[in-house]
Amino acid sequence: MTSDTANTLQRIPDRLDTPFRNALFSWEMLLVIVALAIFIINSFASPYFLNAWSLSDLTFNFTEKGLIALAMALLIISGEIDLSVAAIIALASTMMGMAVQAGADTPLLVLIGVGVGLLCGAFNGLLVTRLGLPSIVVTIGTMSLFRGIAYIILGDEAYKGYPSSFAFFGQGYVWWVISFELVLFLAAAIVFWFLLHRTSFGRTVYAIGNNPVAAAFSGIRVERVKFILFCLTGLMAGIASVLLTSRLASTRPSIAYGYELEVITMVVLGGVAILGGAGSIPGVVLAAFIMGLVTFGLGLVNVPGIVMSIFTGLLLIVVIALPIIWNRIRHKSA
Amino acid sequence: MKALAKQREIWLLAAIALLVALVAVRFPAFARPQNLLTVFNDTSILIILALGQMAVILTRSIDLSMASNLAFTGMAVAMTNAAFPEIPVLFLLLMATVIGTVLGAFNGLLVWLLGIPPIVVTLGTLTVYRGATFVLSGGAWVNADQMSPGFIALPRAEFFGLPMLSWLGIAAITFFYVLMTRTALGRSIYAAGINPVASIYAGINVGRTQFIAFCLSGMMAGLSGYLWVSRYVIASVEVANGYELTIVAACVIGGISIAGGIGSVTGAVLGALFLGIIGNALPVIDISPFWQMAISGTAIILAVALNARGERPKGRIILRKAES
Amino acid sequence: MLHPPHPAKPVCDASRKGDGAPLLTLSGISKSFPGVRALAGVSLSLYPGEVTALVGENGAGESTLVKILTGIHQPDQGEIRIAGKSVTLPTAHAAFENGITAIHQETVLFDHLTVAENIFLGHAPRTRFGTIDRRAMRANAREVLDTLGAGHIDPDAHLAELGIANKHLVAIARAMSIDARIVIMDEPTAALSTKEIEELFLLIEFLRSEGKAILFISHKFDEIYRIADRYTVFRDGQMVGEGVLADTTQGELVRMMVGREVDQIFPKRQPNIGEPLLTVAALSHPTEFEDISFELREGEILGFYGLVGAGRSELMQAIAGMTRPSRGSISLGGRNIAPKSSADAIRAGIVYVPEERGRQGIIIGLPIFQNVSLPSLARTSRSGLLRTAKEFRLTRTYTGRLDLRAASLSQDVGTLSGGNQQKVVIAKWLATEPRVIILDEPTKGIDIGSKAAVHAFMAELVAEGLSVVMVSSELPEILGMSDRVAVMREGRLVAIRDNDGLDPETLVKLAAGVTA
Repeated sequence: MTSDTANTLQRIPDRLDTPFRNALFSWEMLLVIVALAIFIINSFASPYFLNAWSLSDLTFNFTEKGLIALAMALLIISGEIDLSVAAIIALASTMMGMAVQAGADTPLLVLIGVGVGLLCGAFNGLLVTRLGLPSIVVTIGTMSLFRGIAYIILGDEAYKGYPSSFAFFGQGYVWWVISFELVLFLAAAIVFWFLLHRTSFGRTVYAIGNNPVAAAFSGIRVERVKFILFCLTGLMAGIASVLLTSRLASTRPSIAYGYELEVITMVVLGGVAILGGAGSIPGVVLAAFIMGLVTFGLGLVNVPGIVMSIFTGLLLIVVIALPIIWNRIRHKSA
Repeated sequence: MKALAKQREIWLLAAIALLVALVAVRFPAFARPQNLLTVFNDTSILIILALGQMAVILTRSIDLSMASNLAFTGMAVAMTNAAFPEIPVLFLLLMATVIGTVLGAFNGLLVWLLGIPPIVVTLGTLTVYRGATFVLSGGAWVNADQMSPGFIALPRAEFFGLPMLSWLGIAAITFFYVLMTRTALGRSIYAAGINPVASIYAGINVGRTQFIAFCLSGMMAGLSGYLWVSRYVIASVEVANGYELTIVAACVIGGISIAGGIGSVTGAVLGALFLGIIGNALPVIDISPFWQMAISGTAIILAVALNARGERPKGRIILRKAES
Repeated sequence: MLHPPHPAKPVCDASRKGDGAPLLTLSGISKSFPGVRALAGVSLSLYPGEVTALVGENGAGESTLVKILTGIHQPDQGEIRIAGKSVTLPTAHAAFENGITAIHQETVLFDHLTVAENIFLGHAPRTRFGTIDRRAMRANAREVLDTLGAGHIDPDAHLAELGIANKHLVAIARAMSIDARIVIMDEPTAALSTKEIEELFLLIEFLRSEGKAILFISHKFDEIYRIADRYTVFRDGQMVGEGVLADTTQGELVRMMVGREVDQIFPKRQPNIGEPLLTVAALSHPTEFEDISFELREGEILGFYGLVGAGRSELMQAIAGMTRPSRGSISLGGRNIAPKSSADAIRAGIVYVPEERGRQGIIIGLPIFQNVSLPSLARTSRSGLLRTAKEFRLTRTYTGRLDLRAASLSQDVGTLSGGNQQKVVIAKWLATEPRVIILDEPTKGIDIGSKAAVHAFMAELVAEGLSVVMVSSELPEILGMSDRVAVMREGRLVAIRDNDGLDPETLVKLAAGVTA
């Protein structure tokens, strides 16, 4: 037992694999390959695909959902979930519609949309952190509540008549084919990447998602972090509401119906563990692009939207299942 | 924690009684037995679905694909009926049950064999099954005039003063009651949800139990598929769109813990009835049906907040005086 | 292998273990997991009417063996024979049908089911219709419990209402009801009081007299000598010795376990005790502890002894800001502090290294360096931005001092052994540069080598002027490490004694409330 008695302090290396090697065999790399493959298939499938305006239109398929997915990724990594985001869009949009009827101008509309989103997120956050309720149930409840309020206010009516200056957010272009929505999404992606991967706040999100009890013992204010994440998710839903309302130039209570499931699909496809603790922003951004490419590509070859959803659903299951099956085969043969 | 579950059920029953009483103050006809039977009949499909969802939630899973399963199965039997009106309705009922079970089994297999979280699996099949409904029908509807008279008549046929739909609801309640309280499978479903690790040691295959629970929820969704299209005499891609969350809501209101292992048949039935009564009462007291959604949302939040108070583990009491 | 003749032990007579034919034999069992060889060709024999103790350091392969015997894992190689017949145990159910049952560290039963349901889960009596016959089930449960002298347990009670000792009784009743021939007890005494342990031993003796073959896994030598007839020693996944317990000494067993002599377990040190640093005065909690006052001095190790459940952890968690006391005060260096969260306490200079390593200590899924830097993020980051190089430096400083064994600092902490995980946990809280460190059962469930490393490190810390509160239920540790010993009983502080000629008996009497 000489190894035990020789009490030499061997130096433990910081890392075994280089960051480059890690990146090469990562989920994100797989997503890049999938995205490239779909891109190539699309360009063969339709002559209209490889065109700057087509590609620009494509981005509208995911920018609004993608914005929410960025915040949702953090929330899911922390071990919580928010199913009410689409309902928040509906409520925020309804409030903006009411404000328009009252003669509000564009800056006020934006403020109302974003503010309502933030308040809704804070409401979710309070219920989850103050009362200690499971977020999946709370947000199923607030999902009905928020959209329910929109229905009470609007019934089967619709708000129209948004000011023309309001149209910029959902329909405007910053430069050539680069839309405001795309720029906002990319900017938000950078902010969220920084927040999750480069700040101590981001680190605490991972810690909470992996073990909330140990995180609390380590001096992390778990409830406060979770509350902030719910607020952030609500805020992003509010921003998405401004974009979507501006793009559609109208509000119905059924606006953004079913978005929550697409947002979550995006997040999971991006490699975020649905049970919390793992995931990355680049993965989510790539997943957003992939989902946009798939829906747009299928649209180009005239596949109806509802059939596209089969592909997104299968994509979700297959992408999760493949690594599991692959690991099984590898372990069997080894 | 059965005592806890009992207590919840009593509270829920009290809430339902209060609700009926409040409506009856202004509209006494609402509380009349005949009307209450109508409400029960209207709620039967939700009860059947909630019972299936209950089995799944008890095993620490969730089935978000039930409404899509319902739509697909409903479309499949409606199209079969439209194309071959001579096929007996009972066969179609069987067919709906089998298709539903197969779709549920697909969810269950992914959960059992690949260990994918149930919420991810059923989020995926939620869109896949509804998309498949579109592919199957090409987006077309099946209308009343395409359905055979027998197809439409079955849920309405009366026995001993109750429509067949109600009898099927009662049958489902009885089936689940016996299953959950009197069979080894029911015991395994609870055990798998309370403590999966201990279940493995007790010789229970947790994955297989979850699989069976998904088959049950699929079966109930399939059965409801036929009942839905024949009751509302229309089959379309949009049938029961978003209804999966109403089903979960009925379970949550009924005191079934989303963390698994806690809940009862009585709870699921009462939870569904609560939502059914609200749905039926609103038009009576002249409130716009648009209020329904917000009210059930509030009910869910209140139910889960009240239930959580009971579930919270009590700290170990060390000081003797505190015990007395 | 030949079995040496049995010594004359008062409780065992020759008729009970005359022929020496084992009921269960394992031979050449190997099992590997990705990257780890858990078992390498081990053998084990269990005899009817005898208790065999399985001894080994944590991670020596006992838990893998239990999982193989209960059908959870499949061996890669080797043979299992029961009563001479070769068997396979592909599922937990197969193990159950072969009469093997296990009673685990943390009793694995179902809190929300009744006692009767727990006993008969999987083999309940049926009615003619194939449904469960609840009346028969209840009656049978009553009968089994009565046989065990557990008439006080109501078959209709929910398991959640029972204490751990009674849960063990239910587990044993379950073993009896399935007519198990082989009973595996995996650290059954881990959470029991002395009295409950004694009751458990009476039950084990009962099972032995019923002719059951019992495998008893424990890290506590006094228990092993108290109850077992034979021993089998595992080291690093190999069987290194077996025989009759009466033929061997504790020292020999320890030598087999660790492969070397452990002569000096506790470091010798020269206490250099200064002024009072931490003063706790009349601290109370509505349900868990009352009127606790003590002082901790600079460079001192204050041991907290007591039975499990005496309120020691609860008191420490209040001092460390995890829970709020109802009355009383805490002051550090003369300054009154009232920590509202563990963040407050850490900032003030008090850290609590929790007892439950896996649940409260480490964060599995995060690499070692991120675990260590977690409570110190404020120092390793600048205005909220992470500085990874600084995190690695911090981690290296503290894990190096504890002699951590790991392949890299970016390794998932979950891949380390229990002892190394504990080193990460201690490093993590030390990195906050505290003035007072509270260690709750710092060496619970870790191997002897790591234990020694932790003890040596504690001695170093106090030599540097840090003050330590050490909660421990192990008397040798309390007596070997503490300068003073505080004893708690039922939420109250009953005595504080200088550890000078203090004898274990006094402490046990104080903790158990035995007068005279």
